[in-house]
Amino acid sequence: MEFQAVLMAAGGGSRMTDLTYNTPKAMLPVGNKPLMWYPLNLLERVGFEEVIVITTKEVQKMMSADPKIKQDVKMKLEVVCIQEDGDMGTADALRHIQPKIKTDILVVSCDLITDAALHEVVDLFRAHNATLAMLMSKAHEFTETVPGQKGKKKTAEQRDFVGVDESGKRLLFMANEADLEEGLSIRKSILRKHPRVHIKTGLVDAHLYCLKKSVVDFLTDNKSISSIRGELVPYLVRKQFSKTINGQKTKDDVEDQNQKKSDSKLHISSRDEPLLQLAQERSCWNDHRGDMSEAYHGGKLRCYVHIMDQGLCYRVNTLAAYIEANRLAPKLFEEPVVHPSAVTSERCQIGSDSIIGASCQVAEKTSIKRSTIGNSTTVKEKVKVTNSIIMHGVTIEEGCNIQGSVICSNAIIGRGADLKYCLVGNGQRIESIAVFQLKECVSVFVLN
Amino acid sequence: MSLCEMTHQCKAALCMLLMNLTISNTRLQVTNSSCNFPDGPEKTGDIERIKNEGKELTKEEKQRLRKEKKQQKKNKEKKDEKAPLESEKEKKPASSSPASQATAQPPTQKASSGVPAPAPVPVAASEAPSPVDKPAKSKAELKAERRARQEAERASKQSKKGEVGQQAAPSKAKAPPSELQPVVKRLPEHIQVDNPEVLKKLAKKLERQQIPLRSDYGYKVSLFSHLHQYSRKAPLTQQLSIPSSVIHPAIVQLGLQYSQGIVAGSNARSVALLHAFKQIIRDYTTPPNEELSRDLVNKLKPYISFLNQCRPLSASMGNAIKYIKKEISNIPSQCKEEEAKSKLQDCIDCYINEKIILAAKAIAKYAIEKISDGDVILVYGCSSLVNHILCEAFEKNRKFRVIVVDSRPRLEGREALRRLVQRGISCTYVLISAVSYILPEVSKVFLGAHALLANGYVMSRVGTSQIALVAKAFNVPVLVCCETYKFCERVQTDSFVSNELDDPDDLIVTRKGKTHLEHWQDVSSLGLLNLVYDVTPPDFVDLVITDLGMIPCTSVPVVLRVKNVDQ
Repeated sequence: MEFQAVLMAAGGGSRMTDLTYNTPKAMLPVGNKPLMWYPLNLLERVGFEEVIVITTKEVQKMMSADPKIKQDVKMKLEVVCIQEDGDMGTADALRHIQPKIKTDILVVSCDLITDAALHEVVDLFRAHNATLAMLMSKAHEFTETVPGQKGKKKTAEQRDFVGVDESGKRLLFMANEADLEEGLSIRKSILRKHPRVHIKTGLVDAHLYCLKKSVVDFLTDNKSISSIRGELVPYLVRKQFSKTINGQKTKDDVEDQNQKKSDSKLHISSRDEPLLQLAQERSCWNDHRGDMSEAYHGGKLRCYVHIMDQGLCYRVNTLAAYIEANRLAPKLFEEPVVHPSAVTSERCQIGSDSIIGASCQVAEKTSIKRSTIGNSTTVKEKVKVTNSIIMHGVTIEEGCNIQGSVICSNAIIGRGADLKYCLVGNGQRIESIAVFQLKECVSVFVLN
Repeated sequence: MSLCEMTHQCKAALCMLLMNLTISNTRLQVTNSSCNFPDGPEKTGDIERIKNEGKELTKEEKQRLRKEKKQQKKNKEKKDEKAPLESEKEKKPASSSPASQATAQPPTQKASSGVPAPAPVPVAASEAPSPVDKPAKSKAELKAERRARQEAERASKQSKKGEVGQQAAPSKAKAPPSELQPVVKRLPEHIQVDNPEVLKKLAKKLERQQIPLRSDYGYKVSLFSHLHQYSRKAPLTQQLSIPSSVIHPAIVQLGLQYSQGIVAGSNARSVALLHAFKQIIRDYTTPPNEELSRDLVNKLKPYISFLNQCRPLSASMGNAIKYIKKEISNIPSQCKEEEAKSKLQDCIDCYINEKIILAAKAIAKYAIEKISDGDVILVYGCSSLVNHILCEAFEKNRKFRVIVVDSRPRLEGREALRRLVQRGISCTYVLISAVSYILPEVSKVFLGAHALLANGYVMSRVGTSQIALVAKAFNVPVLVCCETYKFCERVQTDSFVSNELDDPDDLIVTRKGKTHLEHWQDVSSLGLLNLVYDVTPPDFVDLVITDLGMIPCTSVPVVLRVKNVDQ
């Protein structure tokens, strides 16, 4: 077997607590499908037959209850449960499942919605015998107004600086603004080997990584690394140019040996190393030109990145991303606007960019535009829903006007309520003839 | 010769008769003369008389003619059945003198008409009067026999054609020659891309092996439309599932490396292939009720097809595969799996050691004898063997300098230049367009080879034959260095028949911000050709240095013969 897929679905959704305080992030409905269905679908389309899902007990329960996952996903899902409250990072989770890992792994995060061609990432991993290959995408501006947020101003998100070489494939350095104190410093050794570096900031990390098996073994020894994205990836990228890996292994110093022991796990040691060396020597190919070094500058550890410039790639970890994803996710799949089991009366207007979920009841004289209505929702007469996301089991009484809002599951909106750019939590109840609007960034959040 | 004359005479007589007679059916006239002999010699006389007299045929004679025609038809059908047998007999008699044949023919014809009993009687009858009426009947009989023989031959040819047409001929081009030669040679698939039948066969075969078919890309120059042309941006892995289950991951990796050019060069490709085979053998488990020697060979077939789709196999890879398959099939069935696997892996190591590493050492030893102090050596592109030789010579303190000739689009010479300069050898770098300017300085030319063909031609990177030609014009000795495992039993005299077309987009280059060829596909009259190999005739090559010694180019078939005898 070439790859084992690992889906990280234990994340808490710390950046959108409004939505996730009741529903775990992995099961948030996007386009009436649970969020984790999208990466599972991606893996299934590409040809995987088995996936290891790392998640919490709660998500596991919801997964087994969810019809979409049970029916549509044909792959074998091996669920590994971890503690919810424990501060288990993604790398810790990998360490936890290390006994199950037999080959190279493909790690995917549950909040990834993309239509990328995965073979581009995997081909880089295979062809260059890389240690790490990851997927990134050009970030798109979020155009929708987000309820509960001050207008269009973005929260001061820390930028990521990503340095790639001339070809745009080799990853040279990666740093987050938070880690940089004064300025961005690049090691001379990198510049000597790669005189032309392209530094990009507006990239979205898709959290899709191809890792060699030796990296997982390395993690078991180095227990200090707890997050893949935060610690492991920058470590690997830095180690590409580290002297201990590239230098000649002729020294027998004690400290060198100690270092070698910890780093030796990172070496790609195949049993026929001399043959591969011979093939590389005899091959007339070099990945760079202009200096006297051989291909890859003799480095054994290589990190590659595939940057998509076209196509969808979203990480649903903020409210804005969630709303954007709801807008665009239906376009990924050709599905009917109205679910066959929904009951809609003839005199309601349902726009073509809306989705009506299963077992819905939509009464007359309603207008639903650019919205997503979840399963088992009841919409009574004369309701206007625009630009909103309504989750499962919601009841909307007559005469409501909902605009640009997010209504979570099992909420009840009373008669005649007028909501603009609001976010209604789980199971809340809006009294009749209530008027809530977001004017000039006054956020309203109803919590009983 | 006399038969031909008689044929003409008969034809002339017939034409005359046609003109005179109201019966326009010429078949009657033909069958008239040929159905003479079944009825006996007396009819011959009648018709002869008529012809000679030129009178109209009476009603009775017309009826008789019609009857004879019907009988002739029946006889023809029976003749058709026995025609293949008769054709042999007819051919043999045809070679000997016709006069003595005349009497031999009618008996055989009579026999074939399905009347065996009276056959000996007419024989005697015909033989008896023949010496008596020889001058009078011989003409008519000869004519009749000749006509019968011609019809029999025609019938036999038709039946033969029917057999050949029924075969699913692999190539239309080969159908006419197959009638002349008894052995039908099959052309390999990869040089018949413009034949839709062959493509269909290939598609079926790949479907059976569950390997995706790689589609051709871009407009192909018409001279090379019989070869595949693929795009590097459309790798075969697009159509494979990502954890590849059908094809071993080592092979997928290798195929990718071939198609992207990461592993390039004959030796490198062979070594990488054998490395991948080692991994396959290591991961292989014999299924129950199967024998390792047979099953493993079958397992390798789809992998080889896959690699072929990624990049056409080189001659050295072909020889390596043949060797491995032979070794696998030679494993005795009593051998345990672990033992067999380790034995195979040792074989592979041994092969690489002997044929590549030690061969390189031996060739370097011979070649160093040819390098003297003060030499100016010209090399082309990046040949791993030539680089090895030059580095070894430099180690042995020979004083020489090197001129590296390079060509687009691969620009492999830069890699050769880097490796030589890194060792400390003083080098000059030119492009192939400057070869004739630089040759007056050169004392020797060392060339690498992709394969050595059985007729002494050297197949190498495109541009090699040009360099050899110019060197010949300047009287500079050309030495080709090639290991024996690259010797190929193929014969080729030009670079068109079998070659490799690389991605045409490689020719596109951006200079000063402008990419002129960016939209070359939109220009209908423009085609981009990126050839990979060419063949150099043996007249331009002075010496071939192999691990067996230094041989002239024309001794390649001898080496092949000796190799086959050894194996």
